[in-house]
Parts: sequence; structure tokens; C-alpha cells
Amino acid sequence: MSATAAAGGAAAASRPALRARTGRFVVYGLVLAIGLCLMAAPFLFPEVRAQEVAARICVFIVLVASYDLLIGYTGIVSFAHTMFFGLGAYGTAIALKAWGPGWDAVLIGGGLGVLAAFVLAVLIGLLSLRVKAIFFAMVTLAAASVMMVLASQLSQFTGGEDGITYQAPRVLSPAFKLVTDADGKVVQLFGVRLNGKIVAYYFVFLSSLILFLAMLRIVASPLGTVLEAIRENELRAEAIGYRVVAYRTAIFCIAAVIAALAGIVRAVWLKYTGPEVALSFAIMIDILLMVVIGGMGTIIGAVIGVVVMSLAQFYLKDLMQVAADATAGVPLLPDLLDPDRWLLWLGLLFILLVYFFPAGIAGTLMGKGGHR
Amino acid sequence: MSDWRHTIDRFGGVMLLPVALAALAFVAIAQPSTWVTLTVAGLAMGMMIFLMASGLSLIFGLMDVLNFGHAAFVTFGAFIAASVLAALAAWVQGDSALLNIVALLAAVAAAATFGAASGWFFERVIVRPVYRDHLRQILITIGALIVAEQIVLAVWGGAPVAVPRPAILEGSLVFGDISVEIYRLFAFLLGLAVYVGLHLTLNRTRIGLLIRAGVENREMVEALGYRIDRLFIGVFMAGSALAAMGGAMWAGYQGLITGAVGSELMILVFIVVIIGGLGSIEGSLLGAVLVGLMANYVAFLFPKLSLASNMLLMMAVLLWRPYGLKPAVKG
Amino acid sequence: MSDAILRLDDVHTDIAQYHVLHGVSFDVPEGGVHVLLGRNGAGKTTTLRTIMGHWRARKGAVVFRHHDITALHTSEIARLGIAYVPENMGVFGMLTVEENMRLAAYSGRFDGDRLARIFALFPALETFWTKQAYALSGGQKQMLAIARAIIEKRDLILIDEPTKGLAPSIVRAMIDAFREIAAETTILLVEQNFQFARALGSGVAVIDDGRIIHRGTMAELAADGALQTRLLSLSLEAG
Repeated sequence: MSATAAAGGAAAASRPALRARTGRFVVYGLVLAIGLCLMAAPFLFPEVRAQEVAARICVFIVLVASYDLLIGYTGIVSFAHTMFFGLGAYGTAIALKAWGPGWDAVLIGGGLGVLAAFVLAVLIGLLSLRVKAIFFAMVTLAAASVMMVLASQLSQFTGGEDGITYQAPRVLSPAFKLVTDADGKVVQLFGVRLNGKIVAYYFVFLSSLILFLAMLRIVASPLGTVLEAIRENELRAEAIGYRVVAYRTAIFCIAAVIAALAGIVRAVWLKYTGPEVALSFAIMIDILLMVVIGGMGTIIGAVIGVVVMSLAQFYLKDLMQVAADATAGVPLLPDLLDPDRWLLWLGLLFILLVYFFPAGIAGTLMGKGGHR
Repeated sequence: MSDWRHTIDRFGGVMLLPVALAALAFVAIAQPSTWVTLTVAGLAMGMMIFLMASGLSLIFGLMDVLNFGHAAFVTFGAFIAASVLAALAAWVQGDSALLNIVALLAAVAAAATFGAASGWFFERVIVRPVYRDHLRQILITIGALIVAEQIVLAVWGGAPVAVPRPAILEGSLVFGDISVEIYRLFAFLLGLAVYVGLHLTLNRTRIGLLIRAGVENREMVEALGYRIDRLFIGVFMAGSALAAMGGAMWAGYQGLITGAVGSELMILVFIVVIIGGLGSIEGSLLGAVLVGLMANYVAFLFPKLSLASNMLLMMAVLLWRPYGLKPAVKG
Repeated sequence: MSDAILRLDDVHTDIAQYHVLHGVSFDVPEGGVHVLLGRNGAGKTTTLRTIMGHWRARKGAVVFRHHDITALHTSEIARLGIAYVPENMGVFGMLTVEENMRLAAYSGRFDGDRLARIFALFPALETFWTKQAYALSGGQKQMLAIARAIIEKRDLILIDEPTKGLAPSIVRAMIDAFREIAAETTILLVEQNFQFARALGSGVAVIDDGRIIHRGTMAELAADGALQTRLLSLSLEAG
């Protein structure tokens, strides 16, 4: 082997490494930019609708990242994630409805929701994680659908299909004056009134940020390393002496608790909780799409996945409307291009993505080839 | 204790569970005529679910492929049967029993044919590239399910579709104060016929021998000189056809179907295969009958707990026997 | 060289990211029992699995009777006349003994004479003929696995550690059976049990760390204590 060939090999080996480094730079830059946008959202996008979207993005980043803890770091697919999210949300909602707006209701109701999520996660984990991993997908799916039926049937507590409307703690309501001037009027900053709505947004933003950072910490900890070892080779990890079931159950519980906490935040922000926003299977599909688009096993991919999906939900529909109008004369095609069928195209996109870019946007950019 | 267990085993072991359940329900319900109606309804429902579950179970057993898209075959089967029955409305509602039956068979056959064809497509295009990769398999088949459901919505619209029922299967047989709906009887008998057919194929033919061996140890079957993948596509098509058939029967049973019919039933189907043990036809039958009976008894006794009761049943079975009641693989 | 029934030429095999075989080369001459000896993890099972096509060789060639079988599908390799008895025996527990045997008989029917000879070698199989195989003992399962390999004539039988976990009396019976089988076919035997290997083998190859480190006759190796110690060190069972 000549020296030039060896040098050529070294250059070839470093090129992907270089590309991965730039990719990582791009991903972190993107995530940072999104983070800054979200931080300044009330001032950048003052209209009500945009703030709703920004708050939803914050909560979903936490929800999707917690799901990534599970799917990306253990390779296990769960369909119970919205169930845990819903437990947190419903716990908070029921307490706020029953006791009126107050932090005690959020704390106790939400706390009970989180506890319920934790207990259920332990039960499901111990029951089904010790047999084939594939059982787990089926068991969680069954559990989630039972929870959905229960929520709609126990309507005296949950409001059934209509859900529950309630008041959030007073600090978070638009009537609350955060900063007042000498006349007792709400001060404006960059044309934005500093009232309870701002407080509510930053409650959502900061809670989400803290939970997100906590997850980054978990992944960087020895637990994250062990989980990756298990994902790469279950038998070998078992042989080394890791108790695979225990670790998997632990991460499942952590993911469940974080999802329930995200549910609390969502319930407090929305002042409404119902199957559509906290429990439905559609949310589960959203989470799946977001985590795969963003990049499984990266945590920060969640940020990208959620933003891309949220934008797509708006613009894909508009695009389809245009396409449907353009093909109005053709049989069937307008039906397939109807904006209500946007999931059809997203589904196709999803399949192609799993085939060709299983590492998602963040994973592909950072040069993680996806596993296997 | 062991004598007692031995006696139970001799009379069918876990296969006695449905009988025990029915006996328990008889005591709890305390009205014989109601009990008969519920039992027949449970058996009929169980048999329709068996049609859907058996294919899923065999496909998983043979190739370790869990197809979440299985629900799509059920949905398509239901809608295709509804369309065929609607197109043959004159035969369906006519007085001629023969034309009634021909219309029904045409509907079921159309559903099954479509199931087999789309099963072929599914196996080749969707599943084949992701063999042995459970994570991507689940994701991709979920994606395919989403797409398939959207296509159903695009083709048949979002409103519920009414399913005409052949005149000959309308009404009930009445014995004293006991009445049995004819459609339920028919569904039960059809399911039973399919079970017998499957059982004979698996236990009396060489293909069946290969399938049973493949469920246990695919690699060894190949080392003995057989191509499992060619066998598998056949099983996949048959399983998909059965699911579509189950969907068609379910459509006639319900009389009104929506695009979510497959996904809703899939929950019960999953519970059935988990209870029965993946890869085993006997297990699927046992699980389906248990789930069907349980759903009907509990719906009568405690209407709000119907689905939850089957969930609890599954949890209990998982605790007792993590690999299901009749697993396809032993030592 | 040309009379070799099986030849491995510089075979490299990877399992996932691990490079397991680093260029394995040896010939198996026609007839008799040939032994591949080696420690745990030396690459014995991987070699057999590569021959069968369960693992794919990344480099090198496997040649069976002048056919290059390196890239063939496992089932095609089997159909050329190679039978495989894996380490876990590959017995179908839910199938009866008869059904296990029927799968191995391509014609679907049994040759009466051969079956009688198999029953004479392994009487337990006749006793449990209609029983499900999971109820058999470990030794009986091993017998069934071997019986499957000889129910029709195959040119080459690959057997992976047949004596593992068996009682000495069964091992002795196994030696007799193998002698009889070797009269009509070629056996490539993977072993750790040197006593068993010595009783049967004519040729021997020793594998270590994915490479063949010795080739020769069994008689040579059996006579040379120093060579044994050097090649096989402590890890082989004294037997």
C-alpha cells in the first residue's frame, strides 16, 4: 500500500467527519435560533393566534423530546404517550374546575395526574417490557385506547367529548397587571402590554425550557450511555450485566412523568382540556411524525421536528387547496388533494422519510446514520 | 393439586376458559334467554375477530413482522363489501334466497380478493425493505395505515356508510323465549369453517408443516432447504384476505360503518393475539372467543366497562403467561 | 486438492460491526470425519454458519464440489446436498418427531431401509415417533437433529458441537453412530471435546481468533502432546 493511497484514505475518512461537524453546527444554530424566536415570541409575533402556536410548539417540544427518550434511546415504540400527557392535563383541569383557579389546584391535581402516569408506566413497563419488545407497542396501544374510552365515558369528571373549560390561576389571566405605570395602567413594551398573558406565555416557555434541559442532562448522564448500549445490542448489554428490563422501565417512567408534566403546562395555558387537545390518537400520530422528522435519538431533533410539522400543518393545507382548485375537473384527484386529506400526503412523506432518512433532519445533518 | 391440573389438561386445559367464563356469566346474568343471546353474540363477534387476528398472528409468527397496517385491510374489506352489496341491491333485497346468497358471497369474495392483492403489494413494497427492523417496521406500517385510511376517506367520504344486509340473513330464529339472530349464526359458522380450513391446512399439508416449522425456527427451515420468504408472501396474502373478509362480515353485522372501523377493531385484535400467543391459530381462536364473550357479557352487566374488561383480561393473562395462553413455540 | 468436497478460501466474515473470521482457509476431503477444533469464540460456529449462508462472507470463497456457494441462498446450499446440525440442534419442538423427519425428507416419504437403520442407531426416536419434540431430552433432541441430516443421503453433514452437555454414556453411543454415518458420507465436525474428536476424526484443523492455525491429520495431533498443548492450551476439555 503506497503512502498516497493511505493519505487519500485518510482524506476520505475525514470528509464525512467534516460534514458531520458542519452539520452539527447547522443543527445547533437552528435550534438556538428557534429557541431565541420562542423566547421573544410575544414581542416578535404579538397577535393572539401566533402566541397560541408558539405556546403549542413549546409544549410539544417537551412532549416529543420525552418520546424521543423512549423511542430514540431504547428503540421501543409506545402508543401511550398521549395517555400520560392527558393524565397530567386532565388531573390539572379537573382540580382547577373543582376548586377554582389557584396554584394549589394545579399542584395537587397535576401532581396526582403525574403520579397516576408514573404508576401506570411502572405497571405497563414491568408487565410487557420483559417479553418481546413488539408486545409493548400493542399493549400500550390497547392501554391508550381504554383510557380514551374511559375519558369519554366518565363524563361527570372529564366532560366527555366536550372536555372541561376552567380558569387558570389569576396571575396568568389577561386581567392581571404585571407592570403598571403611575396611573395604574398596564405598561407596554415594544407595543406589547405586560399583562397576565405575558406571564402565562413565559410560564409555558420557562417550564418547557427547564424540562427540555433536564432531558438533555439525562441523555448525557451514565443512564443515557447505558440506554444506548442496550439499544445497540440488547443481548450483549444483558451479558455485561445491565438489567435491561429495569433500565427500560426506568426510562419509560421518566418519559411518562415528563409527558404528564407537559400536560399540566398545556392545561394551564389553554384553560380547556378535552380529548382533542390532550388525549386523541391524532396527537400520538403528530408526536410520531415529529420525532421521526426531527431525528430519533438526538433530543434536540425534537425542536426541529415540532417546528417543521407545525409549519407544514399550515402551509401544506394551503398548498393542497391551490392544487385541489387547479385539478377541479379531474376525477378523484381533487378529493385526494382536499386540504382535509393533508394527512395522506404527510403519511406518504413519513414513509419515504423512514425508508431513506431514518435518522431524520437532525440525525442526517449530524451524520448519525440512524441505527443499523 | 397436580391431579386436579392433570384432569383439566385432559379436558382441554386453557381451552376450557371460555366455558368457565360462560358459566360464570350464566350465574351473574341469571336470565337464561338473555344469556343465550349474549353468548351467541359473543361467539359471533369472536369469530369475526378471529378472522382478522389469525392472519396477523401467523404473519408475525412466521417472519417476526408486526403489521400495524393490518387494520387497513379490515377497513377496505368493510367498505368494498358495502359497495358490492349496494351495487347488487336488487339481489340483496330480493325474495330469491339464491340471489341473496350470491350477492353476499360476491361481497365477501370481492373483499377477500382485494385483501389478497393489497396484501401482495403491502408485503412487496411496504414491509420487505424493513424486515428484521422492528422499529422501522412499526413506523412504516403505521404510516401506511394513515395513508390507507385517508384513501378510504377520499373514496367513500367521511360520512358513515350504510350496509344493506341480505334478506335471508335478516331476522331471528325463535325457540320459546330464546331468539338467535340469523346473521350472528351465519358469522359464527363462517368463522368456524375458516378455522377448520386453516387447521386442516396447517396440520395435514406439507405447506402447513412448513409454516408451523417456520413459525418456530425460520433459519432451520431454510437450512433444511426451503425458501421461507416465498412461503411468507403467500401467508401474508392469505392473512390480509382473511382480515378483509372479517371486515366485510363486520360491516354486515354493524349495518353502518365509518373509516375508523379497522383501527377501532384493531385494539381488540391486538388483545386477542396477545392473549392467545403470537403465531398460533388455536391461540387466536381461543383469544377471540374469550374477548367476544367478555365484551358482550360485560356490556350487559356493566355497560361502561366493556373495553376496559378486555384490557384487564389481557393484563391478567400477561401476568400469568407472558407468552400467551397457547404459544406457538415451546422449548 | 481437487478431491476436496468442500473448500474454504480466505473467508472473511463480519457479524454486525465485528470482524469474526479473518481469512479462514481449509479443505475437507471426501469421506470420513473431519474436525474443526477451537476454543469458545474462536470462530467455529461462524465458520459453519458462513458455509450454510446464514452469515455472508465479506471476502473469500466457499466452494462445494466445484460450485461456488458463497453467495447462494441457504436453501439452495442445502439442496446441493449439505445438511446442517446447529449447536442448538434446531429441533422443531411443536412438531412431532415424525414431522421433524418428514421436513428433512424432500420426497415427503421415508425410505423404509434408511428409517430402520436410523431406528437401530437411535431407538428413542421410534419410541417417541408421534410425540412433540419439545418433550425429548437433550440427548434425544441431538439424535433427532442428526437423524434429520441422514434421512436422505446428503454429501456433507456439518455438525456443531453435538456432545455439548451430554452424559458420557450418550457420547459413547454417539461415537458409534457417527462411525456408521461416516461410512457413506462426509462429516465436518466442530468440537471442543478433544477425546470425542480424537475417537472419530481423520483430518483436523484448529481455528483460533478467526484464523486456521494448524492443519493436519488427527493421528499426528493425537500423538504429539506438546503440539496439543500449544494449539489447544487449557481451554479444551480434557474429556
